[in-house]
Amino acid sequence: MKVLMKGNDAISEAAIQAGCKAFFGYPITPQNEIPEYFSRRMEESGGVFIQAESEVGAINMVYGAAAAGVRTMTTSSSPGIALKQEGISFAAGADLPCVIVNVARCGPGLGGILPAQSDYFQATRGGGHGDYYTPTFAPSTVQECWDMVFHAFDIADKYRTPTMILIEGMLGQMMEPLEMTKRPPIKVDKSWCVDGNAGKRPRNTITSLSLYAEVLEEMNFARFRKYEEIKKHETMVENNVKDGDKVAIVAYGTPSRIVINAIEELKNDGIQAGLIRPITVWPFPYDVFQSLPASVEHILVAELSMGQMVEDVRLGVNGKYPVHFYGRTGGVIFEPKEISQKVREILKPARELPPARVEMGRGEV
Amino acid sequence: MAKVVYEKSRGLTDVPLTYCPGCSHGIVHKLIAESLVELDVLDKSIAVAPVGCSVLAYEFFNCDGIQAAHGRAPAVACGIKRTNPDKIVFTYQGDGDLASIGTAEIIHAAHRGDNFTVIFINNAIYGMTGGQMAPTTLIGQKTSTSPYGRKEESAGRPLLVSEMMAQIPNAAYIERVSVHDIAHLNKAKKAVKKAFQTQIDNKGFSMVEVLATCPIGWNLPPVEATQWVVENLMPYYPLGVYKDVGGAQ
Ligand SMILES: Cc1ncc(C[n+]2csc(CCOP(=O)(O)OP(=O)(O)O)c2C)c(N)n1
Ligand code: SF4
Repeated sequence: MKVLMKGNDAISEAAIQAGCKAFFGYPITPQNEIPEYFSRRMEESGGVFIQAESEVGAINMVYGAAAAGVRTMTTSSSPGIALKQEGISFAAGADLPCVIVNVARCGPGLGGILPAQSDYFQATRGGGHGDYYTPTFAPSTVQECWDMVFHAFDIADKYRTPTMILIEGMLGQMMEPLEMTKRPPIKVDKSWCVDGNAGKRPRNTITSLSLYAEVLEEMNFARFRKYEEIKKHETMVENNVKDGDKVAIVAYGTPSRIVINAIEELKNDGIQAGLIRPITVWPFPYDVFQSLPASVEHILVAELSMGQMVEDVRLGVNGKYPVHFYGRTGGVIFEPKEISQKVREILKPARELPPARVEMGRGEV
Repeated sequence: MAKVVYEKSRGLTDVPLTYCPGCSHGIVHKLIAESLVELDVLDKSIAVAPVGCSVLAYEFFNCDGIQAAHGRAPAVACGIKRTNPDKIVFTYQGDGDLASIGTAEIIHAAHRGDNFTVIFINNAIYGMTGGQMAPTTLIGQKTSTSPYGRKEESAGRPLLVSEMMAQIPNAAYIERVSVHDIAHLNKAKKAVKKAFQTQIDNKGFSMVEVLATCPIGWNLPPVEATQWVVENLMPYYPLGVYKDVGGAQ
């Protein structure tokens, strides 16, 4: 049976059903529904809910709860995620499983509360200090938000790593029909945890510290071997580029749905284009660009930013195709016709066309 | 047969301590270790180590242990204790860690009435980073970042942490102690034990502030450092119980 749910509520309920026993958060728009949801439901389900003193407090509470061996989560939006970066780096360095959700808004600075995708670098490049990555999932529908929460907890537990769910504010706020399919958590050994049971097993310690260079280097090597496994087995992408498509449009999250509409519009005009939608933005599906149909001549990247994922696309394309970019920022959301116009521009010499309504973000890269 | 008159507490591991000669950290570790053993809670304890000279404390206490980011130990302890309310959780923090970068975390742990114990080492200086000024550094005290002595006009007067924490409604037990001689050491041990007992009895947040030496940071030989505690720290930081919801002051 389907229910109608907001993205933020779906994320919250999915987390509880995935066995999240402790939630720590701090108010920030546009994710406030999540701590509000947990404050109601944790009381009923016997879990822990704490409104922390800050995002710094919240992520460090997550660090403690994860160390104690329970499934735990924190959510925030862009400036709050920036504050959590120290704690995320510590969790990565101590190999602690936990889930962080970024319901992203526009920046930099206080920016605004409208949706954006300008935290891509922050999410996919580690974000905090030191050598680490955070597996990051970018759902595009409320249903996918639901499914990804279960998945993010499983990947966190399986590889002992913090994982992140990255959505834009609009998906958090949007209501859509949802099938609340449940999947049981993967079974993992958590005998490493610090839950105060030293009487029954050797004492456990959790740290990201090593004062010996070679030891710390080996810890980092081991973590990167783990990242290689994640890249190999956990990279997710939806590739709808078909034979005959001239342009492959790359977009993730909710904006990918706007791109789908643009592709429909172009089809009516006899122009064939297809969508590549990374579902994991780290690890990024670089390989997808090396096996596209022979008909493809151009790559267009569409983002709600000044161009961040486009850098990963260029790495994946590796000079094989020209890579174009179209972006809106500051909370402005592009319309399908802006994307279709850009595709027409790419396929025809620009001077034959009336100028695009939007000049910003048209730079080719 | 020889009679055993002194034994290292089973509450400490065999890992050699990393502290300088004359430093109070080791003494306070011993008080904590003995208290956990005597209260029979060692095996269900979790130590949260800070950033500072005691960063490796999780290796020294013979129980589960975790290392926290600078100042964040109370938030980490909150996450552990809230998910394991029947276990004994404590943080061990210096005055840079607790009274400077970690003020938000410590105040709000007490504010929520988090039921864990904080052992707060006030040595009036940043030891680990080479003797810089701390919020607890005395007026006129020379440090590597107050080479002419701390000035009230620019740095304010030293923070009275126990007095401040005692104002927080849900703080259950707050005491300031010293470990400079045997009589005070015995009192300090009682305070540490009382703090853990407060946690065992589920009464809420407990903190013991310990006036401590840092001979290296103060640039004094150990004996003079001990004297410096009595002559300089104790007059500004009065010892005593600042809050005790369970008993008379
Ligand atoms: C975020 C961050 N800022 C600064 C430091 C550097 N640092 C290490 S220890 C320390 C202060 C330690 O002083 P205190 O808490 O008084 O403990 P003590 O060394 O005196 O025992 C600082 C600032 C750090 N590790 N992390
Ligand atoms: S620097 Fe000071 S606080 Fe640190 S171990 Fe040495 S004496 Fe103790």
